[in-house]
Amino acid sequence: MNIDLSRRGFLKLAGAGVAATSLGALGFGEAEAAELAHVRGFKLTATTEARNTCPYCSVACGIIMYSRIDDETGKKRIVHIEGDADHPTNRGTLCPKGAALKDFVNAPTRLTQPRIRKPGADAFEPIGWNEALDKIARALKDDRDANFMSLNEAGVPVNRWTTTGFLAASATTNETAWLTYKVVRSMGVVAFDNQARV
Amino acid sequence: MTNSWTDIKNTDLVVVMGGNAAEAHPCGFKWVTEAKHHRGAKLIVVDPRFTRTASVSDYYAPIRPGTDIVFLMALIRHMIENDKVQWDYVRNYTNAAYIVRDDFGWSDGLFSGYDEEKRDYDKKSWDYVIGDDGFAVTDPTLENPRCVWQLLRAHVDAYTPELVERVCGTPADRFLKVAEMIGECSSPTKTMTSMYALGWTQHSKGAQNIRGMAMLQLILGNIGVRGGGMNALRGHSNIQGLTDIGLMSNLIPGYLNIPTEQEPDWATYMKSRAFKPLRPGQTSYWQNYPKFMVSFMKSMWGDAATVENDWAYHYLPKLDVPAYDVLRIFEMMDQGRCNIYFCQGFNGLLAFPDRGKVTRALSKLKLLVTIDPLETETSRFWENHGEHNDVDPAAIQTEVLQLPSSCFAEDEGALVNSGRWLQWHWPGAEPPGEAKLDTWIMAQVFLRVRDLYLKEGGVFPDPIVNLTWDYADANEPTPEELAKEMNGRALSDLSDPADPSKTLVKAGQQVLNFSQLRDDGSTACGCWIYSGSWNENGNNMARRDNSDPDSTGAFANWTWSWPLNRRILYNRASSDLDGNPWDDSRRLVWWDGAKWTGYDVPDIAPTAKPGEVGPFIMNQEGVSRLFSRGLMRDGPFPTHMEPFESPMANVFNPAMRGNPVARVFESDVARLGDSAEFPFVATSYRLTEHFHYWTKHNAVNAALQPEFFVEISEQLAAEKGIAKGGRVRVWSKRGEVWAKALVTKRIKPLICDGKPVHVVGIPLHWGFVGAARKGWGPNSLTPFIGDANVETPEFKAFLVNIEPAAGEAVS
Repeated sequence: MNIDLSRRGFLKLAGAGVAATSLGALGFGEAEAAELAHVRGFKLTATTEARNTCPYCSVACGIIMYSRIDDETGKKRIVHIEGDADHPTNRGTLCPKGAALKDFVNAPTRLTQPRIRKPGADAFEPIGWNEALDKIARALKDDRDANFMSLNEAGVPVNRWTTTGFLAASATTNETAWLTYKVVRSMGVVAFDNQARV
Repeated sequence: MTNSWTDIKNTDLVVVMGGNAAEAHPCGFKWVTEAKHHRGAKLIVVDPRFTRTASVSDYYAPIRPGTDIVFLMALIRHMIENDKVQWDYVRNYTNAAYIVRDDFGWSDGLFSGYDEEKRDYDKKSWDYVIGDDGFAVTDPTLENPRCVWQLLRAHVDAYTPELVERVCGTPADRFLKVAEMIGECSSPTKTMTSMYALGWTQHSKGAQNIRGMAMLQLILGNIGVRGGGMNALRGHSNIQGLTDIGLMSNLIPGYLNIPTEQEPDWATYMKSRAFKPLRPGQTSYWQNYPKFMVSFMKSMWGDAATVENDWAYHYLPKLDVPAYDVLRIFEMMDQGRCNIYFCQGFNGLLAFPDRGKVTRALSKLKLLVTIDPLETETSRFWENHGEHNDVDPAAIQTEVLQLPSSCFAEDEGALVNSGRWLQWHWPGAEPPGEAKLDTWIMAQVFLRVRDLYLKEGGVFPDPIVNLTWDYADANEPTPEELAKEMNGRALSDLSDPADPSKTLVKAGQQVLNFSQLRDDGSTACGCWIYSGSWNENGNNMARRDNSDPDSTGAFANWTWSWPLNRRILYNRASSDLDGNPWDDSRRLVWWDGAKWTGYDVPDIAPTAKPGEVGPFIMNQEGVSRLFSRGLMRDGPFPTHMEPFESPMANVFNPAMRGNPVARVFESDVARLGDSAEFPFVATSYRLTEHFHYWTKHNAVNAALQPEFFVEISEQLAAEKGIAKGGRVRVWSKRGEVWAKALVTKRIKPLICDGKPVHVVGIPLHWGFVGAARKGWGPNSLTPFIGDANVETPEFKAFLVNIEPAAGEAVS
């Protein structure tokens, strides 16, 4: 139930009913009514909860994320994040970083479309996913075919590709990591590293 | 971590050295507070800066950046000299008794076998004497002058409290107080925990810093026990997982290795991985290597991996160098030998040392692909931001594709915390705009490349076209499918080894755990150490039972930890040789007369008799190593090495610069500075209000710490005429930055070798995109040199100069 509406409903009822004067005497004058009309609705009304863990440091505090459908985009949007009181490590607490997580998820600098910066250009321009991915696949195939080393000087099969490198993340899931591993390794890439290195 | 965050409550003494948990891991640090309040535990902090961890410590000692080995070896010397040794542990659970070859020795700060030309050691002499029976020779009395214990004693003899004062700048009385507090933990009923982070790893000898403390912990009997351990506080939410799954140049998931050119076939590769026990009756668990390796190959290439083709051994690349780590690949890029580079959620322009070189290298690429939820400096390295990124876009011919990905709140799967817990999480929203899940992006890249090979042919398409890709929707592999693949399954019916008439696992079923993996091709498993995480019982990583019987801190039914849901590694060492707990109030795993039992999954075969099988089952010795044989490039014992840029010469060998075996690229030699030109020691660190380069995108954190600053002592400020809050220029041989000066009492000058040493602290959270003000990071200044074993760059000790700059002081 939306508290804002219920308070206003109560005032409406009071204004139309028998006790208008006595309510006024109790302090529910016009200014008060106007103020109450601006009271924000209960933030978590009609939200969906999801359990997650903080993506920052390796303490991996449990969090609960609250989301609802965004009117503008029609997509689920995170409206609140708090510590998970059931989590054995953080028991509901969060640090100054974790406490502001919602603003990271919804940061204005989140990327929303693929973009390309052409050689020598001074700005990005939009590009479609299909075109971007085809470009990448073409470039990979051409570079691999041109530079893949099948045998070393001694004639030993080495099957390595050193002219393309891949730097993996520090906060993707294990499942993303495994898929990334499969893709990168199967091509023979050896310049493969992740944030643990630094 | 050998232990877990929640286990820290069981400790008697916390030593934070090489980290700053109160600020960088605040909610984990609460378990230190818990131990202090409820157990009366003490906290010691050794750090160049009086951090917030130090501010709640019981004792603080300052130290010059990059001299930790001197401090640690002096602690070991103190324990030996003052009989602060848990003797039963040292005698039975370490290699103290092992006899070392006669030709092993050291002089002038170098071990036997050094080749200056190659900057490498011939490590042949760093080994045990092997008897005629094929086993290592030991002297359980520890009296033989060539036993590890006597050699260690001789090695640490030079590391006196006076040497600590001279080299580390730590006053001798402060060192002694720390040593006394630590010495109390040699009792079997007292434990100490070591909490460290990048303050120890980001050195040209980072791995040896950690070994130094691990050795001390073994001498005190603190490994494998509740409240003890070596606890690496990982800096990111899943670098533990990314490393477990082997996303590094030389790794295969589960800490298996990519072959080298010296291993041209399967037989040769396996020959050096026999892991024959070095003492009678020992487990030497790595003897199972072939089972894990074959199962991995089957997971990758299915039917294309057969016994006839050596399980598709040649589908794997063979390395000609130890690793194509990031420093090597950026060196190659700078030489024009790398054309395409992907950055998936990794902001290299701010993360790698010598930013000038990084920019130059990226500018030579043909194509850079970034995959990130956020704008990054890396994806905009070509964009001019005045003094903050002074480049000419027209001169940079690199094409950049910036792909928008989901963030944690929008995807599902597991992250591995520092304590090895694989915690499943669920999405709460959808990625914004056209942003996509990382799994979708990787699948698209792969499917399109595979299609091109299928259509056009090309060079060695076999490992690509034969890669297992049996997902229900090829375009969108699900987290469930991928997690199950890592757990592993039977490819044909597995019979029970104890009774071959019975079927243990039916074809197609998930294996229970890695004990069911086979080396005959009948099982597939992507990452053996994760085997058990999603078996026929379901997704164990999603378990949410937070009960903790007898309040041990184990939380054994909360999610799942590797290996086998074990919460404390080496936990058999929590009991004595007969299998009785060292400390009855901190029972963990014990022998009940017939088998091992306890609060945790025993780290030993359940029926291995006490006294016969040693507790360190992953080692060929069955015991832990105070002497690490040839396993590390820079010595079987840690020895003092100065940082590559240091205000003083190495006291053991003034001609030796840095780590004598660390790799230095030719082009970087001229980019190293000396103390005449750069008299001040700089070190990098995190602030509690920021996470790396992410939170500067967020208005709240950007407001809390809006602007780049450097931290200096009042004495240095006075010497240089720097006002509080004034603008300064800081420069090294490689670059320069401008910052506000935070003049503080938290950093004080140290006296090293009779001379004052000033330390400049440089936090790392600013760049040129996001909500915070534009700034720089330490990587504009740091040297392009990594640790000799693992190539982690030396961010924690380097040289700079500082001067006041034009601009008004803010305070």
